[in-house]
Amino acid sequence: MTTPLPDLDCDALTKRFGASTAVDHVSFSVRAGSFFSILGPSGCGKTTIMRMIAGFLEPSSGDIRIKGRSVLDVPPNKRPVNMVFQHLALFPMMNIADNIGYGLRRKGMTKPAIARKVDEALERIGLPGIGARRVDELSGGQKQRVAIARCMVLEPDVLLLDEPLGALDLKLREHMKVELKALQTAFDTTFVYITHDQSEALVMSDTIAVMNAGRFEQMGTARDLYYRPQTAFVAGFVGDANRWQGRVARAEGEALEIKTDTGLMLRAASPGRKLTVGDRAEVFVRPEAIRLAEDAAELAHFDTRISGHVATILFNGAASRVIVTDPSGADIGVTLPQSGEFAHLTRGAPIHVGWSGDQGNAFVMTRP
Amino acid sequence: MRAGQKLGLILLLTPLLLWLSLLIIIPHIDLFLLSLRERVGVRQYETGLANYRTILTEPLYMVTFARTAMMSVLATILTLLIAFPVSYYIAKLVRGRARSVLFLMCLVPFWVSELVRTFGWMILLRESGVISGLLQWTGLAAGPVEMLYNDAAMMVGLVYTSMLFMVVPLVTTLDSLDDAVIEAGYDLGGSGPSILREIVIPHAMPGIVSGSIVVFMLSLGNYLTPTMLGGKDSLWFTQMIYSQFIVRFNWELGAAFGFMLLILSSLIVWAVLRLTGQTLEKTMG
Repeated sequence: MTTPLPDLDCDALTKRFGASTAVDHVSFSVRAGSFFSILGPSGCGKTTIMRMIAGFLEPSSGDIRIKGRSVLDVPPNKRPVNMVFQHLALFPMMNIADNIGYGLRRKGMTKPAIARKVDEALERIGLPGIGARRVDELSGGQKQRVAIARCMVLEPDVLLLDEPLGALDLKLREHMKVELKALQTAFDTTFVYITHDQSEALVMSDTIAVMNAGRFEQMGTARDLYYRPQTAFVAGFVGDANRWQGRVARAEGEALEIKTDTGLMLRAASPGRKLTVGDRAEVFVRPEAIRLAEDAAELAHFDTRISGHVATILFNGAASRVIVTDPSGADIGVTLPQSGEFAHLTRGAPIHVGWSGDQGNAFVMTRP
Repeated sequence: MRAGQKLGLILLLTPLLLWLSLLIIIPHIDLFLLSLRERVGVRQYETGLANYRTILTEPLYMVTFARTAMMSVLATILTLLIAFPVSYYIAKLVRGRARSVLFLMCLVPFWVSELVRTFGWMILLRESGVISGLLQWTGLAAGPVEMLYNDAAMMVGLVYTSMLFMVVPLVTTLDSLDDAVIEAGYDLGGSGPSILREIVIPHAMPGIVSGSIVVFMLSLGNYLTPTMLGGKDSLWFTQMIYSQFIVRFNWELGAAFGFMLLILSSLIVWAVLRLTGQTLEKTMG
């Protein structure tokens, strides 16, 4: 059995603007029917990649293949990709049905066929019968779905989404995440989604590429990125993490002992990476990997233990945090267990924290 | 409303109200009353519609008005055709400094008076002018060529005079069109002409209509350009008003002409608004 051709294949894609390189030799392929996200801070080049795939920008070098065929010579209006724009870019001068039917009219489809397909699409996005309404009569979430339907009626090989949830309020955004994933399954189309919001990427994607300064830092599933970050950038960008900088004091294979600049001794691991004694290193520990205890003896089985006192309690329901100040004055964020045993914790109370060395992720620091 | 605020509002509105009533409303009422006066003998007047009857029965007057209106419509269409690409280029294709420079270049000719601008065209187009000289120098013409004093020269002058009033509203409306909407058009399979027809022009419609109204009114009421660039046959309606008031000293008929111009041009604008489905609030707001 041969593996099916990927829907989208980018090969050493590069885009330079004058002297600066916005996208630097990025290669990836997206499996048919999957949800692929590019996650990165603003200005990392993710929009540039998207505009190159859509055809609005020409790559400086590299190739873009859709279903195995290079589309570099194909103008945007002939490419089998469609794009949902950041601010949706619905046509305000047309009603909803005309918006969705626009691409079909351009294909020269007959009027009855267009009307049927538009009705089908409206049915599919759960908004039947709104065809005659004007764009500005719809709510944010409805516009969102119309923008997707407008692309999906054209049955593109790949649907590009450029931070389409950015303009929505938090509640609606949470709701649309689930909905987008459901729509993707319903239409069974390859989605390429770009965002700076990690929770959007983590929730919806089959594969995520984390991008920084024009390059892909790491590509993998949400779990891979969260539990096994391969670079310091990914460890810091995806999810929350406490961060220490220091120098490797002892190295036994992948297990390390690191003396931080503030004078703490930490245990850490560096799976798959080689760090030697004397290297400058950065250690990341997730707040939920740290255990709290009022009695130091409870933490005896952890190889890293710190005593301090409670600086603040940030109550946020299930995601509540305790900020613990260590003797050197640095803050450590720790997830507050919701089992009730720390319900009486107050500011300034002495507290002990500990974690096992393999929860600490160490990276060589690229810049001192 | 408190007394202080009320006083402030009155003070703010006073110049506007004075301007409106002293320069627009009162003269027009006077003009209207004047146009209803019939001269029956020396210094003997009666009230009646004789002046309007004269206009409607005398073919020259109606033909001149129709001609003026047609030429103004033509000037408006030509101005729109030339100004639209210019405005699109300024609003959508150039960025930053170049954009303000181009906009300024459209504006600069309007810093000199219309009279001087029209003289500029006379220098170019007259028998001993620049273009005529150029044609003779290159051997394309054997003798001097007279390009002034015809409808074409007048049209050139009218379009040139009106350009800015079309460019400004068009640039404003085109500027408000999100680039992403145009890109979305391409992305969904649209071609250049179809995007222009289905997206850009519908969006720019308020600008097109408001620019067209201003240009049409300016052309209709223009006196200088038709007089200086037009020929013997290019009689303009405003010239007839002038001749009634100043040459014939028939103020009554002149006032009736003025009123007919106001009524007929308002009717044309109203018809255009109805035809394009626009409202005055939308285009002027």
